[in-house]
Amino acid sequence: MSGFTKQGPRNDTPYTPTAGVGRRRAGDLSWYQRRQLTGVLCVLPAALFITLFFFIPLVLAFWMSLYRWPLLGIHKFIGVANYVAAFHDSTFLHAAGFTAEYTLIITPILLIVGLILALLVKGSRRGTGFFRTVYFLPVPIGFASASFLWVWLVQPDVGPFGRILQMMHLVAQPPQWLAATASALFVVIAMVTWKTSGMQMILLMSGMQAIPTELEEAARVDGAGRWQVFFHITLPLLRPTLALVLVFSVAGSLLAFDQFYIITGGGPSNSTITAVYWIYHTSFVTFQLGYGSALSILLMLVLAAVSFVQLRLIHRSTEF
Amino acid sequence: MKIGITKLVDLRQAMPALAWWVVCSALAALFIFPIYLMVMQSVKPLDEAVAIPPTLFPHQFSLESFLALSGENGSINIVHHILNSLYVAIAAVVGTVVVSTLGGYGFARLPFPGRNTLFFAMLTTFMIPFQAIITPLYLVLRTIGIENTLLGLALVYITFELPFGLFLMRNSFATIPAELEEAAFLDGCSPLSALPRVMLPLALPGVVTTALFTFFASWNEFFAALILITDQDKLTLPVTLSILQTGQFGTLNWGILEAGVVVSAIPCIIIYLLLQRYYVSGLLSGALK
Repeated sequence: MSGFTKQGPRNDTPYTPTAGVGRRRAGDLSWYQRRQLTGVLCVLPAALFITLFFFIPLVLAFWMSLYRWPLLGIHKFIGVANYVAAFHDSTFLHAAGFTAEYTLIITPILLIVGLILALLVKGSRRGTGFFRTVYFLPVPIGFASASFLWVWLVQPDVGPFGRILQMMHLVAQPPQWLAATASALFVVIAMVTWKTSGMQMILLMSGMQAIPTELEEAARVDGAGRWQVFFHITLPLLRPTLALVLVFSVAGSLLAFDQFYIITGGGPSNSTITAVYWIYHTSFVTFQLGYGSALSILLMLVLAAVSFVQLRLIHRSTEF
Repeated sequence: MKIGITKLVDLRQAMPALAWWVVCSALAALFIFPIYLMVMQSVKPLDEAVAIPPTLFPHQFSLESFLALSGENGSINIVHHILNSLYVAIAAVVGTVVVSTLGGYGFARLPFPGRNTLFFAMLTTFMIPFQAIITPLYLVLRTIGIENTLLGLALVYITFELPFGLFLMRNSFATIPAELEEAAFLDGCSPLSALPRVMLPLALPGVVTTALFTFFASWNEFFAALILITDQDKLTLPVTLSILQTGQFGTLNWGILEAGVVVSAIPCIIIYLLLQRYYVSGLLSGALK
């Protein structure tokens, strides 16, 4: 740290080599070239990681999707047969449909709960900081841990949730939550809402605090009511943040795996198998790696399309 | 008057202060209740943990559930799996911090031809879910000869935390005033030696945030760990819990499973409470910039 003082000689234009800098080198490289070289060397490790463990597997995924590729044994080129098979695979089609259904149900729930929490805890009055912290508390817990918690909570005989409903005389017998598709889905949605709405809250809250208060004031002066201001001023101006929260929620839901694998196990009778769950099953339970890759590519395309549409939404909504 | 107007859309203004406290406290109870039940379940004696109907608080305090995870009589040795998780998480944190600090510095401060294109290419990895490339990733690890190892898993985690880390560190370095860097150069620092001496101390909040996010992500990750690690010996905590859930070692005891969940979840909660500031600001800078 010794060489650094704020009072050091100043230079008007950034990055201009001076006599002071130039004296340090005797080699052939100019100061600029040396800085360029350092830049390349600095980003090299990152580039290597991403090439080796991201771009190569990505290319490999396309390639494998054109083959019949068992874990052991001979790979056979079969063209687009895997893709054709995907559209005749009733479990996959059901899984894709179920994933879409799950996404469509949970996204508005998370948005609304996040919005309500954000409205409750924004500002700086006494207590808001505490409640923010509490609502955010489940966010750092992993999806797997949270799922292992909730799968116990909803057990029919030893689980406390059924018992509490019973004690409140809301049910005669503790319900068999995981025995029916709708109630199993309800449990997963409750768990995910509990675990992630704090995250939505924080994002939406900071979006709200970025809205210039003059706009709301002006509307109020013009005679708008409290809820009119919310629906006609705040909500439209919150669109960039809403779009962002939407992207998070939709991408996360389309990739759902942990919560269904752990809580429902895909049951009852495979009705809660998600797209990623089926890819996992295809690739690592029945070891059809080529077919699994084809399904992965399809998932990637869907996700890219959805993200693209949503990013357009963000882009357009920032031009107000 | 002015304060009243600026806080129009504040729900608190729409309800009396008492109602606000009641609503917020009730919600807080809902958020905390599952965590409370989890901790209580883990400190019940084993027979009380599976009692029907269940007790909502321990009638008797006991650490039997935790002791059942000590590895005796061929049971799961939770300490071993904690160490596996710690190894992977710390390796991933160190790797991600070093690689994304260097990369972020390069991308923010050291122009070279093709820099922006390369940065953009790395950010595209945000768009593609790693779940979709897990199969070929497994084959790549097998080709290198590190399939089914904690090192391989850590390298995978580093790769998937890198886009966020690079993004965050690039922003951290980009906001440092150019004068400070120039002063360092004039004082005789090379571009590389300016990093630890001048730039890094100023970008420290970014480093903490990157480290924190990588730790949480790696400690909690389930999908890749489930697929890439096949030796029970090498399992990380979340996948170990799934072994407990299947009741592979005698019948499933919900007290033991929840003790395992406590071991995996409570550290995250404590770290979050201690470093909340970095966590939330990182979330916002990562998301909103």
